Amino acid sequence: MVDELLVPVASDVDVVHARQRGRELAAVAGFGSGDQTVIAAAISEIARNILMYAKRGEIALSVTTNGDRQGVVVVARDQGPGIKDVTRAVQDGFSTSGGLGLGLPGARRLMDDFEIASVPGQGTTVTMKKWRRLHA
Amino acid sequence: MEVPILKQGQYLIASIQSALTDADLSQLREALVERVGRFRSRGVIVDVTALDVMDSFAVRTLRDIAHMARLRGAETVIVGIQPEVAFAMVQLGLTLKGVATALDLEEGLAFLDKQAQGRIAGKRIQGSIDHGR
Repeated sequence: MVDELLVPVASDVDVVHARQRGRELAAVAGFGSGDQTVIAAAISEIARNILMYAKRGEIALSVTTNGDRQGVVVVARDQGPGIKDVTRAVQDGFSTSGGLGLGLPGARRLMDDFEIASVPGQGTTVTMKKWRRLHA
Repeated sequence: MEVPILKQGQYLIASIQSALTDADLSQLREALVERVGRFRSRGVIVDVTALDVMDSFAVRTLRDIAHMARLRGAETVIVGIQPEVAFAMVQLGLTLKGVATALDLEEGLAFLDKQAQGRIAGKRIQGSIDHGR
């Protein structure tokens, strides 16, 4: 479970694949079906963003522990055009693609931790985590 | 994977069996809009019980199906949205505004039957007004 699961994202089939792997990992990590769905939905939106803006990239999935909490970590990386204005990109309804502008803000609402690192012209990395309490 | 579409009387029933890619969803949209014309259908049911995730593209495509079918004279009802899927949809800010939904296939059929009755009743009223002239 320490290992990172790497899912390439370059087509709509990969979007489905990425969210299914995420759901499986969440199940293995002990998340209930509600949280599994939430994690899968967030991965779907993030993977879709990679396709839309960068054409290709990858999603790394892993499980981590922090004190009495266990978490699923989703890292989405691409070498696309990057995001000029990260603050606006996570606002509802803001889109430069003609989409609904719900992808990033929606994924942020679904997950507990959400960070974007982006360098224009070099790419974007979105790191998001969902936590659950470990009962001793 | 192609979604099977059953014709039942005046209705079309699309029963999604497994996870769908964007291409599958677009294909379903084209197939339904075409068949509404071919079979002169008055109602469309899309059963999403088997979908374990609905993201922004899936929701937008379902909305498009409903609006396009309505432009072709058919009412659409989406049935079988699972509770976890509904929760994630709301968190994502995704809505099916203007699209009828029902708990399951049975409720969906009942909804379409009621809509059809409403149409017949509407015609009768229209007819009696014409007679009065």
